[in-house]
Amino acid sequence: MLTSIKTNQFEGNASKKLAMMYFRVAVILFGAQLLMGLIAAIQFLVPGFLFELFDFSIARMVHINALVVWMLYAMIGATYLLLSDETDVNPVGIGLGKLGFWILTAAVTVVVLVFIFVQVGAGTEASIWLITEGREYIEAPRWADIGIVVVVLIFYFNIFATYMKSKVKTGIMTVMIANLLALAGLYMAGMFYTDNISMDQFWWWWVIHLWVEATWEVFVGTLAAYALIKVIGAKREIVEMWLWIEVLMLFGSGILGMGHHYFWIGTPEYWWEIGALFSALEPVPLIAMFVHVLYDWGKEQGAANARGEIASVIKNGPVMAWLVANAFGNFLGAGIWGFFHTLPQVNIYTHGTQFTAAHGHLSFYGAYATILIAMMYLGIQQAYGAKRMKMNFNSKMALFLLSFGVMGMGIALTIAGYEQVLVERAEMGATWNAFFVAQNLPWYVQGQLWRTIMGVVTLGGFVYLILDLFTIGKKAQAEEA
Amino acid sequence: MAKKNLSVWTSIPFWRRSAAWVTGFASILLIWLTFDTLGQITMGNDADLKNGVTKRVPAPTVINYHIDYKMSAKRGHEVPVIGEKEPFFGKEWSDKEARALLHLGKLTSQAKNCMDCHTLLGNGAYYAPDLTKAWLDPAWSKTGSMIAMTGKSTREEAMAEFLQHPSTYPTHARMMPELGITAEEAKGLVAFLKHMSSIDTNGFPRNFGKEEGSTNAH
Repeated sequence: MLTSIKTNQFEGNASKKLAMMYFRVAVILFGAQLLMGLIAAIQFLVPGFLFELFDFSIARMVHINALVVWMLYAMIGATYLLLSDETDVNPVGIGLGKLGFWILTAAVTVVVLVFIFVQVGAGTEASIWLITEGREYIEAPRWADIGIVVVVLIFYFNIFATYMKSKVKTGIMTVMIANLLALAGLYMAGMFYTDNISMDQFWWWWVIHLWVEATWEVFVGTLAAYALIKVIGAKREIVEMWLWIEVLMLFGSGILGMGHHYFWIGTPEYWWEIGALFSALEPVPLIAMFVHVLYDWGKEQGAANARGEIASVIKNGPVMAWLVANAFGNFLGAGIWGFFHTLPQVNIYTHGTQFTAAHGHLSFYGAYATILIAMMYLGIQQAYGAKRMKMNFNSKMALFLLSFGVMGMGIALTIAGYEQVLVERAEMGATWNAFFVAQNLPWYVQGQLWRTIMGVVTLGGFVYLILDLFTIGKKAQAEEA
Repeated sequence: MAKKNLSVWTSIPFWRRSAAWVTGFASILLIWLTFDTLGQITMGNDADLKNGVTKRVPAPTVINYHIDYKMSAKRGHEVPVIGEKEPFFGKEWSDKEARALLHLGKLTSQAKNCMDCHTLLGNGAYYAPDLTKAWLDPAWSKTGSMIAMTGKSTREEAMAEFLQHPSTYPTHARMMPELGITAEEAKGLVAFLKHMSSIDTNGFPRNFGKEEGSTNAH
C-alpha cells in the first residue's frame, strides 16, 4: 500500500491525497498495536518475559494508545476522503491540513519513543507534562494534548470551511460537522489534573465514553452512509433518513448511558438507574444499523435484478464485506457484549475483570476497526480509479483471520473473566490474594493461553491485510486496462 | 409534480428535528446531573472529618483516621466507616501536610502508570489487583503475610517498603517491577491508597476482605 498509494491518481484532489497519507500511518500504528498486544498477552502466561525491561504496563499502554491513535488517524483520513464527494467545492486549506498531518505524526512519534524508552517519571508535574499522564487511553503527556488540539483545529477548519463554502449541504456532512465538533471538544475534558481520583475519573469518562459510545458511533453511521452510496449505489434519501434515526437513537441512549461508568467511582447512587436504563438501550441503534446495511444491499440488488441486470451491485467487494462485518461486529461486540455486564447488579462483580477486556476487544474491532479498514479499501479503489474491486484470496484471508482471531480472543477472555468473577469477586472478596488465586485457576490460564493463540491468528490476518492493501489497487486497475 | 410525503415516518425533516431534540434533551440532562454529581464528589474538608460529617470523598486528612469498610443495613451494601484517630507514619498530619502528601501520591500514581497494570476504582488494566480498597486488604494487617514479609510493624510502613522494592517481596510469579519509587513517593502513594479506601463507592468491591477459606475451584 505504501508505494501504491504514493502513485495514486488523485490529480488535483489534495484532500483525497491527504486521506491516503493518514491511512498509511494508521496501518503502521495498527501493526504496532497488535505487536504490543501480543507482548502483553505473553506476559500473562510467562510473567518473566521482558520483566523490568519492557513491563506489562508499558506494552499495554502502547497497545491501547496505538489503538486510539490509529483509529483517529483513519477517521481523519476517512473524513478527508469523503469531503470532496459530499460538497461541491474544492476542499479548503488542505495545504495547512498537510502541515497538521506532519506535526501530528512527529508528535505521535516522539510520544511513542518516550513511552518506550523513558517509560515512567518521578511523581512531579513535569512527568505529567513531558512523559505520561498515566490515565488509561489518554496517557499522552500534556504537551502532546495541546499539539493534538492544534492539529484537530486545523482539521476541523478544513472540514468546516469546505462545508460552509459548498452550496450543497448533504445530511452526511451536516451530521459530520456537528459530531466532529463534539468529538474534538470532548478531548479537552481529559486535559487537567486533580488530586481527587473520583473527579479525575468522572471527567475521564467524558472523553472515553462520549467518544466510543456516542460520537464515534455516530461517526461510524456517517461513514456507513457514505460508503453505501458509493459501493452499492444506495439512495441518498434512504441512507440519510436512516442516519438521522441512528443519530437520534445513538445519542438518545449513549449520552446518558454514561451512567454505567458512574456506578462505583464515588458518584451518587442515582447513576445506577440512569446508567442501567440508557445503556441497556444502547444496543438498539446497533441492531438498526445492522438491519439497515443488509436491507439496503438487498433492496439495491433486487432493483438491479428487476431492471434485468445480473451483475452484483457491489462495486467494491472488500468494502462491502467489511461493512457487513462492521454492522454485525458492532452489534455483537458493543451491543451484546456490552449489555452482558451493563446492569449494576451484574457490574458490581464484573467491573474491572477480564469481562471488560473481552468487551473491549470485540467492540473496538467490531464497531471501529472494521469500518475504518473498509474506508481504506474505498480510498484505494478511488486512488486507482478502478470502477470495480473484487475480493481476492488475500482480502478473504484478512477478513476471516482478523475476525476469527478477535472473536476467539473475545470468547477466551470472556471465559477467563467468568472464572475470575466467580472466584475472585464472588467467592473471595476481591483482595490481593483473591486476585492471584483467580489468576492461577486452570481455566483462567487456559483462557489466557487461547487468547494468545487467537492473538497470533489476528496478527496473521493483519499480514494478509497489508499484502492485500499493497496489491489490490494495482490488480483492479490491471483488470480494467 | 412534487412528491408529497405520505407519512411522517419517511420524512427526513421529522427525523432530523427529532434527532436534534433528543440529543439536546439528553445533553441538558447530563449537564444538570453533572452539576449535582460534582457537588457530591468534591473533596470534603478537615472540619467535616472533625464534626463527623460524611462526604463521598473525604478530605486528605482522612489519613489521620482509622478506616473500615462495613455493611450498612440502610444502604444494603458496604460503606467506608471513618473511625478514631490513628497515627499515619507515626504522626498526625496537618491539613496542609496531608494535602501535599496526597498530591505527591496522586502524581506518582500517574507518573508510574499504576493504571496500566492495576485497576483504581475498578478502572485500568487487569494484570494486577484492584487497588480501590487496597489499604484495607487483610494481607497488610498485623497478622497478614505482607507485614511479616517486609519485616515492618505497621500497615503503612509495610506498604511503603513494598512499593520501593516490589520485586524483593514477590507474592506471585507475576511480580510488580521496580519503578524507582522513592521513600517520599512511596509515602505519598500509601496516603493516596488510604484516601481512596475512604471514598464511598456504593459498595464496590462487594464482600471486600471477607475471604473465608480458599476456593475448591482448582
